Amino acid sequence: MKVTLRVNGETVEAEGVWPGASLLTMLRDDLGLPGSKNACEQGECGSCSVLMDGELVCACLVQAGQADGRDVQTVEGLRGDGDGGVGDVQQAFLDAGGVQCGFCTPGFIMAVDHLLTQEPEPSDETTREALSGNLCRCTGYEKILDAVRLAADRRRSGSAVATTGGGVRR
Amino acid sequence: MTDATTTPWTTIPSPNQPFAPAHPREAVPGGVGTNARRPDGIPKVKGEFAYSSDLWAEGMLHGATVRSPHPYARITSIDTAAAKSMDGVRAVLVADDVPGSKVYGMEHDDQPVLAWDVVRYHGESVAIVAAEDPETARRAADAVVVEYEVLDPVVDPEFAISGDAPELHPGTGNITRHVKIRHGEQDVSAPVVVTGRYEMGMQDQAFLGPESGMVLPGEDGGVDIFVATQWMHVDRGQVAKCLGLPEEQVRITLAGVGGAFGAREDLSMQVHASMLALHTNRPVRIVYSREESFFGHVHRHPAWMEYEHGATEEGDLVYVKVRVLLDGGAYTSSSTAVAGNAGRFSIGPYECPNATIDSIVAYTNNPPCGAMRGFGAVQVALGHEAQMDKLAAKLGMDPVDLRIRNAMSQGSVMPTGQVVHNPAPVRELLEAVRDAPHRELPVVAEREAVDIRQLPGGAANSTHGEDVRRGVGYGIGFKNVGFAEGFDDYSTARVTLSRGADGPIVSVHHAAAEVGQGLVTICMQIARTELPVGPAIVLPADTQVGSAGSTSASRQTFMTGGAVKQSCELVRDELLVRAAEHVGVARDGLRLADDGTIRNLADGILLDDVTELLATPIEVEREFRHRETFPMDPQTGQGNADVQFAFAAHRAVVDVDAGLGIVRVLDMATAQDVGKAMNPQQLEGQIEGGTSHGVGLALMEEIQVVGGKVRNPSFTDYLIPTVLDMPTVQMTIMELGDPEAPYGVRGVGEPPSISSTPAIAAAVRDATGVDITRVPIRPDDIVFGASEGRSSSGA
Repeated sequence: MKVTLRVNGETVEAEGVWPGASLLTMLRDDLGLPGSKNACEQGECGSCSVLMDGELVCACLVQAGQADGRDVQTVEGLRGDGDGGVGDVQQAFLDAGGVQCGFCTPGFIMAVDHLLTQEPEPSDETTREALSGNLCRCTGYEKILDAVRLAADRRRSGSAVATTGGGVRR
Repeated sequence: MTDATTTPWTTIPSPNQPFAPAHPREAVPGGVGTNARRPDGIPKVKGEFAYSSDLWAEGMLHGATVRSPHPYARITSIDTAAAKSMDGVRAVLVADDVPGSKVYGMEHDDQPVLAWDVVRYHGESVAIVAAEDPETARRAADAVVVEYEVLDPVVDPEFAISGDAPELHPGTGNITRHVKIRHGEQDVSAPVVVTGRYEMGMQDQAFLGPESGMVLPGEDGGVDIFVATQWMHVDRGQVAKCLGLPEEQVRITLAGVGGAFGAREDLSMQVHASMLALHTNRPVRIVYSREESFFGHVHRHPAWMEYEHGATEEGDLVYVKVRVLLDGGAYTSSSTAVAGNAGRFSIGPYECPNATIDSIVAYTNNPPCGAMRGFGAVQVALGHEAQMDKLAAKLGMDPVDLRIRNAMSQGSVMPTGQVVHNPAPVRELLEAVRDAPHRELPVVAEREAVDIRQLPGGAANSTHGEDVRRGVGYGIGFKNVGFAEGFDDYSTARVTLSRGADGPIVSVHHAAAEVGQGLVTICMQIARTELPVGPAIVLPADTQVGSAGSTSASRQTFMTGGAVKQSCELVRDELLVRAAEHVGVARDGLRLADDGTIRNLADGILLDDVTELLATPIEVEREFRHRETFPMDPQTGQGNADVQFAFAAHRAVVDVDAGLGIVRVLDMATAQDVGKAMNPQQLEGQIEGGTSHGVGLALMEEIQVVGGKVRNPSFTDYLIPTVLDMPTVQMTIMELGDPEAPYGVRGVGEPPSISSTPAIAAAVRDATGVDITRVPIRPDDIVFGASEGRSSSGA
């Protein structure tokens, strides 16, 4: 089947997609975007988190066909003036030491980006609830929480690096 | 947030520093001791890091595996005709198609590449297929018809070794290994005696990146393997043997690894994909699903432990008797090493003049068990720490005071007779967690004032504070770093100093697996410190350089770090020889300063740029070995089996909803001796992550095996801690150092996983008064009390 959608701001067509495929499979195998990860493929781990029309979804739980005509933002679309061209949330993960094996990282980054667009100054309790759908096996989460605090502080103080992609920015 | 100058934890200097710090000078920028950034960080946050499941090659096929639905059965026939005839299927292979050895293993070659006669566990590989797309491969695997004669599985390890069970591996009596340690007098009595039986369930490593990789057929008839693994050279040996190829025709490159924790020490898809690639002469990729991953790797050994502690009225240990029974499952994997550890560390980091220890690991038809973070030591820490609490209660002593009274220290003797000749700060670690500040914790008595998100059950709204009880518990544990019992443990590093476009550049090549822990950063830091003449890069790990040994046993910073340091030092020596010749002075007295200049004895700058010395690169490849270890005597267990010990302690504070049996961990304080904090930020991440594995083991993580069948192979049913389950971890870091280790380092990865679990079990006992003897602690263990005899494993 053929699916037409916007991915990271560009209209793309995926041809020959297996009708049973998920959005995750289509992104990874048909559109050459393997940044969204395949850790559980049943919506438990959040490693495949992407934004679809601005909503945070597990790409593994969205049928490829459901994404037709929609706007999808993946980690590959997040870029900015940070180290090596990263955006502000990505920079905060680097600075806080929130990355170990990194398999959960793209999903966390999309979830944190989404959280901070909804709630620019989240309390720790709010952050924990918002990220409770993302599993990390390496870090014990503290450095990820540090990254959220740092990214929020930098946005509030205006010191965040310029960033494009991801959620709606204020 | 931390930087090179501030750390959030307390550093305690050694009370009796036995030697000068290995590196007294200021840190070189980006060198050892700084929070240097991971070189793989940027690609990881951008989604550009190539994990083993992200690989792609022109014309590649997709592999899938046919697995046994039975834990024990005789294969009567395998019919591949229907699968072979499907459109898009390019190969269907069975045991007869294995070109070389049909069995493999890390310790014993006892595990079939593909089962042919008997399957011995649920999920064992029977056939493999390759097809043009993943869905066709899965359907073709389903179309392979395997007929079985189902046999009664041996699922209880006690029955397995009783002599009445069928032998799963002939001639073994189903005993994989029986470790006997006889220390001091064997028939002693003591005025105060406590006994206990303890049980640990089967934990899964639950890394996020599934087993996966790609194999390209080589023009020479060999294979190029790209895989996420922990030890490429041991993989290579096993793959070559099974393919019937010389080792040099099996070339392995490490693909991006999404966590490991021991689960990638054994082979998964390496031989299978290689067979399919050689058969079809096309690249083959295999990516396990999460469900298949639960069948695709070994797990933590479940354990049943019987303890008897005898002590004086004053609280001095007189004797300990221990019997540990481990369920090794269907194949050996690393069971013999696990049993060795469980024996040697079974009484904990305490002095005890007399010990009788039996550590037995059995073959059963349960899933194979092997390496997982802290193996052997994790199991027995539940037992020895529960016993110390029990003994303290019987004596009316404070549990920390009792531990301190019996604490091992430098010069203490292990049950193996080995003298602990390096710092053993057991007392200091216990004091640190006892004295760690208590956080302001949510008050549970005032119903209206409480934020339910901070209570057991959280937003599930299961309590507003009624029947919630608080408890505090302590745990300490220790383990060996590096391989033990006489194993020739070494690592290799090739360091090249050459002239790049912008000046000198240091490249480091080794085969050690970066699995997320940050070794790649540490090696870069070591090169920066030892050769501060230009940027340092770490090349991709592959088998084109000598073995690094496994990324396990908390050993890589010590071993591969040591190899990098040693090779860098030899490169530096050659650089100084060249400098002396170049300038026309004697070599003696020259040194390479931290600013990259070459200086003489008077600290005068002889050369401020070494570039001109590098018309030809300087390259050194050397192996690094730790001090020799020795086997344990088979009858008495005596012997200097270990090279280094690492210690950690935890204090846990929990709230328990005693009515529903739900536990919330409010606070964890830990203290650990790391020898040298090579990269403080990464170190904290190791301790926090290791603690989370202990939290999971204490409260939620268990593979449910019923009648030999795995019932919860998914993240829906196998629960690991989320960010809601993990408290902030308070840390006290000690840097006492091991004078025999590079920079004085001690391995840091495993200790936090050892002491965290018993601390939580103790805290739950303290909160509820219930004699918790089993982890993970189930709600009904708390609500209905004693849990003995309600084993989840077994029939």
